[in-house]
Amino acid sequence: MSEILQPQSPGIPLPVPTLFSQPYWDGCQIGELRYQRCRDCGVITMDPAPACSACFSPNLDWEVSTGLGEVYSWTTVWRPQTPAFTVPYVAVIVTLDEGFWLLANLINSPVDAVRVGMRVKTTFVEVSEEITLPYFEPAD
Amino acid sequence: MAKHPFHDVAVVGIANSEQARVLEGHDSTTITFQAVHRVLADTGLTPSDIDGIAAGPFSGPLTYYMRNGPSWRHYMAPSIPTILDAASAIATGQCHTVLVAHGSAGVYTERASTAPWTRPAHEFVVAYGMFTAAEFALIAQRHMHMHGTTPEQLATVAATIRNNGHAHPDAVYHGRGPFTPDDILASRMVADPFHLLDCAMTSEGACALILTTRERAQDLPTKPVYILGGACDSFGPSYQHPPAWDLAGPSGRNNGYTGRWAAQKSFAMGELGPTEVDVCEFYDPFSFEIIRQFEAYGFCEEGEGGEFIMDGRIGPGGQYPVTTDGGTMSFSHGGAAVQQLQRVIRGVEQLRGTCATAQVPDAQVAMCSNGGAGALFTDVMLLGTETP
Repeated sequence: MSEILQPQSPGIPLPVPTLFSQPYWDGCQIGELRYQRCRDCGVITMDPAPACSACFSPNLDWEVSTGLGEVYSWTTVWRPQTPAFTVPYVAVIVTLDEGFWLLANLINSPVDAVRVGMRVKTTFVEVSEEITLPYFEPAD
Repeated sequence: MAKHPFHDVAVVGIANSEQARVLEGHDSTTITFQAVHRVLADTGLTPSDIDGIAAGPFSGPLTYYMRNGPSWRHYMAPSIPTILDAASAIATGQCHTVLVAHGSAGVYTERASTAPWTRPAHEFVVAYGMFTAAEFALIAQRHMHMHGTTPEQLATVAATIRNNGHAHPDAVYHGRGPFTPDDILASRMVADPFHLLDCAMTSEGACALILTTRERAQDLPTKPVYILGGACDSFGPSYQHPPAWDLAGPSGRNNGYTGRWAAQKSFAMGELGPTEVDVCEFYDPFSFEIIRQFEAYGFCEEGEGGEFIMDGRIGPGGQYPVTTDGGTMSFSHGGAAVQQLQRVIRGVEQLRGTCATAQVPDAQVAMCSNGGAGALFTDVMLLGTETP
């Protein structure tokens, strides 16, 4: 049985939201993974942006993802970025079922279980008063 | 009349400063000035012959200390796009002789962390421990999933390039080899699939180039090397958003093959194709990137890069020798910019025919590159001993 991946401990650097990404981080605090959809062309934009990534329209609405998706690519990191991070940790790009990508860490999984195509779901970890981070964990 | 304005521009000066893991007694400015002194000596030019400077943060100081004003200047940390801007400035008559230089020393001191230029803070990656090795690993892992590219193929690239550096007397890791693919695979894992020896190193150093008009180049002592073509592909800012292989817009052109469209433009400018390239001075931040570039630039089919680089094809004496000074894995990696310029410097050295090691006999066309798909950009330059 290999090691079970955990969320990082306090002390890691934290996101600084921008004016147009704040609703995303507000969603994380209440357990919602939010993404933007274009009111004009219907295409999803992610990461949060000031304009649609398909037609560049400024008319974007927020929607809530199911949080379900599958691993698109992954890497297990054994040399920490800074001493604030505990290794090993696994970075994944996940294709959410709605069709957008999100990069985060995988947790609650054996370190050697990660594969392209692995079904995962979003889970949220509060790390400060202002920031709750989305992570992914096995869906099954 | 040249067939492309770049063909009227020649690289006439190249120089590397000392390169080392740590350069005692130097900071970024002093080591940059060492490279500038060396490149002036290489060409026999004096500061008053220079009327343009592209040296990032050193452009201002160099212009002032050289007293070569009034001078054209460029403030972006120089790499291939900067060289192309300088060539454009020369071709359009804004100036006639440009010094390109950069250097880095004393910047990476906090060694428990990865180098500062590898981990820019951004809200969508900062809390997940991302840095360049992890970003590029996400690209490589996807290619391995799609095409069955193997760790042994990655290791073959790393061993080839590290052996080039092992042989090069000025490489930071001169004499560290020779390496077999098994040596690469036996090194500790950094970010799966990259072992330590699949990755670029970090070091300190500077380098410089001088570009001038074709006409002026004829009066200088060095053999002119001409710019056959060059272009740049970007899919966005590096290290802020998921580095997805399939990132694309309505054009359908994908990040995984960033550099392909720059290469196609460059080949069209130079009126040639991959089979006419004698030496591939490809940027080598991570072993997989060489495989990706052979596919992106059209040397082989999509998905076949892993097989393509095997059997000595990219080593000394092979069909397409790569990164012949040892690159960022073994020659030097002096920060965010220096090592990108050094790909062009090595390309020029190959076409001059003056390489002390790994000289490709009678090399006439060199392809140089910067960037990589984990960084969402790739820049390309073609150099030649003659123009169409």
